[in-house]
Amino acid sequence: MASEIETRLKALMLRGLGGEAAAHAELLGALAGYLRGFLARKMGRNAADLEDLVQESLLAIHLKRDTYDTSQPFTAWAFTIARYKLIDWYRRNRIRRTEPIDEAAELFGSDDTNEIAVRRDLDKLVATLPEKQRALLADVKIAGLSNAEAAAKAGMTEGAVKVSIHRSLQALMRRARDED
Amino acid sequence: MKTDELIALLAHDATPVKRGMLPARLLLFSLIGAFIAAVILVPWLGIRPDLTDAMGGTTFWMKAIYTFGLGVGGFALVERLSRPGVKGGFGWLLAAACVAAIVAIAVSELMSMPPEDMPDAIMGSSWYSCPLCIIVLSIPGLAAILWTMRRFAPTRPTLAGAAAGLLAGGLAATVYGLHCDETAAPFVAIWYSLGVVVSALLGAMVGPRVLRW
Repeated sequence: MASEIETRLKALMLRGLGGEAAAHAELLGALAGYLRGFLARKMGRNAADLEDLVQESLLAIHLKRDTYDTSQPFTAWAFTIARYKLIDWYRRNRIRRTEPIDEAAELFGSDDTNEIAVRRDLDKLVATLPEKQRALLADVKIAGLSNAEAAAKAGMTEGAVKVSIHRSLQALMRRARDED
Repeated sequence: MKTDELIALLAHDATPVKRGMLPARLLLFSLIGAFIAAVILVPWLGIRPDLTDAMGGTTFWMKAIYTFGLGVGGFALVERLSRPGVKGGFGWLLAAACVAAIVAIAVSELMSMPPEDMPDAIMGSSWYSCPLCIIVLSIPGLAAILWTMRRFAPTRPTLAGAAAGLLAGGLAATVYGLHCDETAAPFVAIWYSLGVVVSALLGAMVGPRVLRW
């Protein structure tokens, strides 16, 4: 069972690292379910910021994906990031609790696909980004344009659009982390 | 923003990832650190005038291999501890092997000399300045290495910071060897090591503050 999850997620991760957006989205979607189940057990199902931490963990997993060593298990890598974000949440909430390091299976113990409401809306943090970055995010996220279409609309190169989106996401992760 | 929307947004940023980015960046910033240490060393302390002669002997290389080995161990540790879910592993082993080797050489040197020569072999003529100089020379490199580590994902910041200090300290001590004309292994085992250890402690102190992500 556990090794099935490893095989499936690692394959998606490798395709995502190769630039396959659909595989990357599928991976993050699967991880969202596991993260929600895992974090609900740790934080309590009714924790107001449960979904916020799911999102923060997904952002971290996405932004740090170039630290994944493909010769290592993917599940251990993803678990360690989730654990790191959980411990950061403990610290922000002055909870004294430790979490074992070697329990990667814990993250994949339950899959909860029922998305719940967020307390902190990432859109509010998006609103604090510089105008140009915000406009590009709106183009790809709300208007549903591809990166190439957004580039044409903004009169930028596609590469510049990608860099801008990446920077926006990095800023979002920092702001989400520093908000509490 | 709903989580599904966030995922769709993240998929827009699914650009291909180059393999080997992490060690390449770490190497670049390590070299920058070593270069800055050398740039400070030359006008501040100067290169030992007998460098070419010294390079023909063995003590120069004993020092260089010891300190560079510590740096390589630090590099392996930083590279591994910057990745979630990976343990320090052979980086520790390499650093420990370097220390064990220099201690063994130092002990055998002390055993084979008359007792009245021991104080000189231990204190040399620069014991007070050697660790201090290594610490000063290591600081720019430590800053550069910690800076680039912020892009990675160290999940144990104290340990990762100490590894950064070991890397920066090992490189700084190697550069310092271009100036220092001490030849006794006991001197190196004590005072060089002290400088590198303090650099590692500095890294361990600063790590949790600057490596949060």
